[in-house]
Amino acid sequence: MSGYVNYSLQANSLSCIRDDRVLFEDLSFTVNAGQVLLLEGKNGSGKTSLLRILCGFREPDAGDLSWCSDALSDSSYYSDLAYVGHLEGVKKELTVYENLKVALALGQAGNYSITEALTRVNLEDFDDMLVGALSAGQKRRLSLARLLMTKNVLWILDEPFTSLDRQGITLIETLMSEHCAQGGMIVLTSHQDLSLQGVNVQRVMLS
Amino acid sequence: MSLSTAFFAIIKRDLVLALRRRSEVANPLLFFILVITLFPLGIGAQPHLLQSIAPGIIWVSALLAAMLSLDSLFRSDFDDGSLEQILLSAHPASLLVLAKVIAHWLVTGFPLLIVAPLLAVFLGMPTSSLGVLLLTLLLGTPVLSLIGAIGVALTVGLRRGGMILSLLVLPLYVPVLIFASNAVEMAGAGLPIQAQLNILISFLIMAVFLAPWPTAAALKMSIN
Repeated sequence: MSGYVNYSLQANSLSCIRDDRVLFEDLSFTVNAGQVLLLEGKNGSGKTSLLRILCGFREPDAGDLSWCSDALSDSSYYSDLAYVGHLEGVKKELTVYENLKVALALGQAGNYSITEALTRVNLEDFDDMLVGALSAGQKRRLSLARLLMTKNVLWILDEPFTSLDRQGITLIETLMSEHCAQGGMIVLTSHQDLSLQGVNVQRVMLS
Repeated sequence: MSLSTAFFAIIKRDLVLALRRRSEVANPLLFFILVITLFPLGIGAQPHLLQSIAPGIIWVSALLAAMLSLDSLFRSDFDDGSLEQILLSAHPASLLVLAKVIAHWLVTGFPLLIVAPLLAVFLGMPTSSLGVLLLTLLLGTPVLSLIGAIGVALTVGLRRGGMILSLLVLPLYVPVLIFASNAVEMAGAGLPIQAQLNILISFLIMAVFLAPWPTAAALKMSIN
């Protein structure tokens, strides 16, 4: 157990309007330490938009967010957050190791070293391989390895299971359960069924 | 990790990337050489005319080469999501952007400095003004990269931003062009050039301190 216990993410009556279409409105939720928030809804229901609002890439059209009951801009929110989106955010001309080194330089060192994180996602034999030569599933695991080696309370994951095989999915679920057991929190979208043992999963349905 | 680690990690990353895709680096340089080579061919055997317009030719070509190279500044990071990760970092985005611009100048602006004296001799520029030409390029091309960065940051989200980019950025390049080519011309005539150099230095200082902020803000808007 670590000192993540006091963290919480609160959303107060958020709404998002895109091209004159209301994606969601008056959406409120609270994610506490150790919890998972699973966003559900069909394609185009605003799941990714909501995640991008949580990352600060978009402004909500109404409502606000707070981190440990402070406004985002007044808090350590951005150093506590890690995002893995549709795009992997890795450079295909760099090796696996070089990519993680840059990611580490941009964040704070976490529980795992680069080598340990790679071992954890079963990429230990690929560290000097160019990312361009990796398969889609391996790239995905690489971008998830980034979460392990930097110190972030909140993981924001957009479809983390895309292009992963069954073992890969089980692996990521294990890592997510461990993160929550340490008091971390996760906000994710997924079309897959989530099986997380002993984790408090909140579901929000966007329609 | 500390800000300086992140700053140098970004510079190093971009230099390694440039090394691994050499064509992107070579293209603006070859363009610069080719455009300058076209002038003597087009103008014909008029060494005096060529000599008198040489500073202008070199500087206009440098401007166009800088413009041509701008798109590669944020394009690949935008396309593969690295830009999101850079902007999400807890470090100030403006300084990380500055690191990217420095790396970009090292691979696209700096090579121009190396070939420019050769091309200047080729155009018949007096050797006395070669030093000044290099000095103006050294002071001026970083300004081009820094100002250009604002333009690319604004247009990187647009699929066909190329034309808009040149309309946005070229007018802003005009002051650098005027003072730099004027300094080289005056030096050729043996006149003092301190004033022009001072203005170029002030452009550079202003650009280094002021350009990264709007660039970072525009990038945040573009990834929206």
